[in-house]
Amino acid sequence: MQELDQVFVNAKGWLLSLFPIGLRPWVSIAVSVGVIAAIAPFIMMYLTWLERKIIARMQNRFGPTRVGVYGLLQPISDGIKMLIKEDIVPRGADPLLHILAPILSLAPAILLFAVMPFGRNMIAADLNVGLLYLFAISSISSYSIFMGGWASRSKFSILGAMRGVAQIISYEVPGVLSVVAVIMITGTLSMVGIVEAQADQWFVFTPWGIVGCLMFFLSGVAEVNRTPFDMPEAESELVGGFHTEYSGMKFALWYMAEFLESFAICAFTTTLFLGGWQGPAVPFWVLGLLLAVIVATGTKLPAPIRSVGAAAMLGAAVLWRTQVIPSWAWFLAKTYALVFVLVWLRGTFPRLRVDQLMGLAWKFFLPLGLVNIVAAGIWWSLRETPWFGWIASAVVLALSAWALVLANKPEPLQPRTYIYAD
Amino acid sequence: MIGIGVLRGMGVTFKTFLETYPWGRGLLRALRIPTTNGLVTVEYPDVKQQHHERFRYFPFLVYDQTPDNLRCVACKICEQECPPACIHIIGPAKDEQGRPAKAHGRTYPVEFDIDISVCMSCRICVDVCPFDAIEMDNQYELSGFDRFGQMVFNKDKLLKPNDYFQRIKPTEAATVDARLAAKKK
Ligand code: SF4
Ligand code: SF4
Repeated sequence: MQELDQVFVNAKGWLLSLFPIGLRPWVSIAVSVGVIAAIAPFIMMYLTWLERKIIARMQNRFGPTRVGVYGLLQPISDGIKMLIKEDIVPRGADPLLHILAPILSLAPAILLFAVMPFGRNMIAADLNVGLLYLFAISSISSYSIFMGGWASRSKFSILGAMRGVAQIISYEVPGVLSVVAVIMITGTLSMVGIVEAQADQWFVFTPWGIVGCLMFFLSGVAEVNRTPFDMPEAESELVGGFHTEYSGMKFALWYMAEFLESFAICAFTTTLFLGGWQGPAVPFWVLGLLLAVIVATGTKLPAPIRSVGAAAMLGAAVLWRTQVIPSWAWFLAKTYALVFVLVWLRGTFPRLRVDQLMGLAWKFFLPLGLVNIVAAGIWWSLRETPWFGWIASAVVLALSAWALVLANKPEPLQPRTYIYAD
Repeated sequence: MIGIGVLRGMGVTFKTFLETYPWGRGLLRALRIPTTNGLVTVEYPDVKQQHHERFRYFPFLVYDQTPDNLRCVACKICEQECPPACIHIIGPAKDEQGRPAKAHGRTYPVEFDIDISVCMSCRICVDVCPFDAIEMDNQYELSGFDRFGQMVFNKDKLLKPNDYFQRIKPTEAATVDARLAAKKK
């Protein structure tokens, strides 16, 4: 099964072998960049399609169905529509900044793909400071948002941009803190190193891992301004926020940046906490077999479901045992599962208020992130007695989360007394 | 517990998501969760919604048997009462001496235009007509590329037989017919 796993790596190797030795490093860079530049718009287009489909289904609708089978050509027609739309720059706006802002927001989103480990040996640049690179690059987006808001010369835009900057800067702190635990345990900043450290246990199955995973994911959602944290572009309050004054392809670039960043958030959550391209190496196949037995003997279920379910579980167990699933398939499956969760969140929750949003970052995530580092330390120092360490860090986290919730509880509203009405 | 409400909310949306797929409904049924057909969308151009009998859109003129036997006598009450003033009537028709021309014992309009892009479907014209000559139609696929050529309906386009009225709105047509029959006696 090695071939299927390494099929892309081998393809690149074959391509490189066509070139003279001296050129190979450059060709290698060109191929990686080319592949990323080619798949990024593709990923974005079909993320919009996925999002529209899933949201529609959650709202009892069909979503796009007209263009192509299941609306599969809808993103392409949208793209063409965006390209032929008139590009309007508001009077009084700064034309240079106005066009620079969406480009500046898209560039870091694509740059993030450079350290995304899509599979075993499938990473464009295995930087030894990959994690630092991730945070450095992703925080550029606050500049571009403010630039866009400022350059549009519109009140809605500038309000949205200010909210956006405040939010992005606030959520960067818990985002980084949640990853500190991972760095502590793995002792590396390299993405590949972190994935390899999860070979026998995904970090999400540890107490500090699940907390860190949730914190990283939610901070990420807030950083890329997606519902329920979409304050900067709150339609009902700010028309479109920082991109109110954008139209045509510039608007599409904003959206492209946003979607690519949400994809990146899902991909990096997968990398850091969900084992990256590792299949669940823990004896999950045992669990599969167990589930197969349970499903097959469950008398409450009708017979066809029982047999199909048992067969599926058995199949899953065999697949896991023999590890036929290539590493990139694992990575993409986990990432798209998280994309589904992202859309699911959007389909479920209303937008938060600004003060709730900031409160969540500063009053809950920040202290919990600090406690999480301590919990990870406890877990690590007690690793000789695994269960004890597990329980101890879980208790620490649960207690502090509970205390934080209690401390942040808003005052219950008192019945109002109207002085002049009586 | 903290967060239970959040999870419950997500459960609701996920259930709705599953309910829109046949396999999802099957899964929910297998888990003994009551389901509904989640997809309530009527895919309009392919599937048409069955409208209620009293659904109304734009007015039309009723005639009995032949188009020249129209009920409208060109009294212009509807023209005056129409709130957006979208009815234009020329008439009643006159003969060479300037006396009112009659067809089937009634005066009749020379021109009767309704600008349906202005009409707001209020049904006031129907209510004020003393002769039950104008009624509400239920056709709604009337879009066109030409504002005045296609959106201003003239007499030819507005005239429809009483049979048609009886077909689209049986109840209302029956009361109108009964009223007209009582008048004749
Ligand atoms: S339905 Fe109302 S708006 Fe339309 S023609 Fe009759 S009176 Fe005028
Ligand atoms: S439709 Fe009725 S109200 Fe209008 S002009 Fe004819 S008879 Fe008079």
